[in-house]
Amino acid sequence: MTAWTLAGATFPARVWTASGCGGTGRELAAYLDLARIGAFVTRTITLDPSDGTPGRRVVEVPGGLLNAIGTQNPGLDAFLATELPPLAQQQVPVVVSITADEVGEYAELARRVGASPGVRGVEVNLSLPAYADDSRLGNRMGNTFQVGKLIGTVRAEVPRGVPVLAKLGPREDAVALARACAEGGADAVVLVNAVPALALDPTTGQALAGSAGLSGPALRPLALRAVSHVHAELPALPLVGVGGIVSGRDARAFLDAGASAVQVGTACLADPTAPVRVLDELDELDELDELDGPVGGDRPEGTPT
Amino acid sequence: MTSAPGPLRLDAEVLNVRKAGPYRQLTLVADGVPQRFRPGNVVALGVGGEGSALLGLRSMWIHRVRPTGTWGGTVEVVVDPVGPGSRWLAGLREGAVVPLVGPLGRPFALPRDPVACLLVGAGRGVAPLVPLAERLRERGCVVHVLSTAVDEAHLFAALELRRVARSVSVATTDGSVGTEGTVADVLPELLDRSGADVVYACTPTADLRVVAAVAEERGAWSQTALEVPGPCGTGLCQGCPVPIVAPHGGARVVRACHEGPVFRGDRVRWAALEGAR
Repeated sequence: MTAWTLAGATFPARVWTASGCGGTGRELAAYLDLARIGAFVTRTITLDPSDGTPGRRVVEVPGGLLNAIGTQNPGLDAFLATELPPLAQQQVPVVVSITADEVGEYAELARRVGASPGVRGVEVNLSLPAYADDSRLGNRMGNTFQVGKLIGTVRAEVPRGVPVLAKLGPREDAVALARACAEGGADAVVLVNAVPALALDPTTGQALAGSAGLSGPALRPLALRAVSHVHAELPALPLVGVGGIVSGRDARAFLDAGASAVQVGTACLADPTAPVRVLDELDELDELDELDGPVGGDRPEGTPT
Repeated sequence: MTSAPGPLRLDAEVLNVRKAGPYRQLTLVADGVPQRFRPGNVVALGVGGEGSALLGLRSMWIHRVRPTGTWGGTVEVVVDPVGPGSRWLAGLREGAVVPLVGPLGRPFALPRDPVACLLVGAGRGVAPLVPLAERLRERGCVVHVLSTAVDEAHLFAALELRRVARSVSVATTDGSVGTEGTVADVLPELLDRSGADVVYACTPTADLRVVAAVAEERGAWSQTALEVPGPCGTGLCQGCPVPIVAPHGGARVVRACHEGPVFRGDRVRWAALEGAR
């Protein structure tokens, strides 16, 4: 267990849950002690309620899942009234994921979430795969000016001591975007979100109704590369690594690549105890390192096959 | 978070595999699951073994449970080997280990009074109805069953049903045994004849919709069990949307795996559910 302090907020462990893979928190609490993980990141909350994508939402592909959930969530009012309070009572830091279509909405979400008791951080979801093909704000991702401005708006609305994290997709311009986020005032950048992808509903042969994103181990090499690249260019910027992490060894790779913490997402769907298992495996690897001397010295090489 | 015993996550050993027509009946060692089980619950099973490229869990109706035995508690599931995951499960041998999460989901609601009940199952959808029939009988309910399938081979647990039900009606799409026809063809008359106050159903969605409508017309309650498409079964991912009418009015979208898989038939917005599929 290694605590991490980010912009005045302390996260007691380096393994967090990823947005959209922990239900409301209550579901996950049936399988593991939430107090053991570094943070619980909520599903992405929007100002208004959303019913999400109708029909089939998830397709299994090799080593991954295609998700088209469509940001189903109860909306900010209901979230603050019913979902956040029980979660905040758990002994786990809560990071609330938010997204919006316009700056004013981001500002309102940030202000009200940031002011809510029990919120340890705000994660700005700038990379919904479902929006990748349209021109919604925050998805004109080539526009670093706009991304920086948006993060600046959120940062201004969220109290000091509550870090603002910007979540990006595995894009070629990730370094430029991360820099824009940092200049806008982001305390950390989360790399990476699901990558926009296409698969057909096996029963109908049609594409899913909503635009889908690929998550799971298939995404891991892209995520690791993004973390590595951004860290090399912006070594002072704190990073949270996410994308297909299913084991302590995976988590270790992201930390070695420059992340200060990691999130476990899709792995929770296959094994709801995954975050704690990854944490235990990571601790075990660290103990081995201590026994074996300098990091990397005697670490087993290659991937077991 | 709650004092009620929640679901478990464990590595379940395969104790026994039996062939049942086109299906495979798996008995899995799952200590603690039988004590938590209610008819209508599922278990979610991991497929493909360690390092599998198939990430999603497969939700399976729990057929029978045995709380104690030489091997500890066991659960039985019925696998229809139609896809890569279910074929892997069906091909397991005794001693193999399967990741298991369960029991999951909201079970069938049982009537307070000893009323007449009609249970409608399609193929392996009969699996959860057998333990349901036993619980209903314990409460003094009269149990009638309609077992349907595409053909005779796909009818499941015919003998077990005869042991627990006062009457068993059979309908097959191809007419190979019983009445030739579907749920829609035989249910109205059967419901009138049995005088059932509650209809319990575990069938494909199109037939569940018929059950809900026919029950509604005749003033009976219906309890419809929806297939859980995955991938988690645990309520974490919101991947299995079901549009419903909320208890206090208004439309909502809930999860098949968590708020279901059993829903009151009159609460499901069937047109929205089917239109989206």
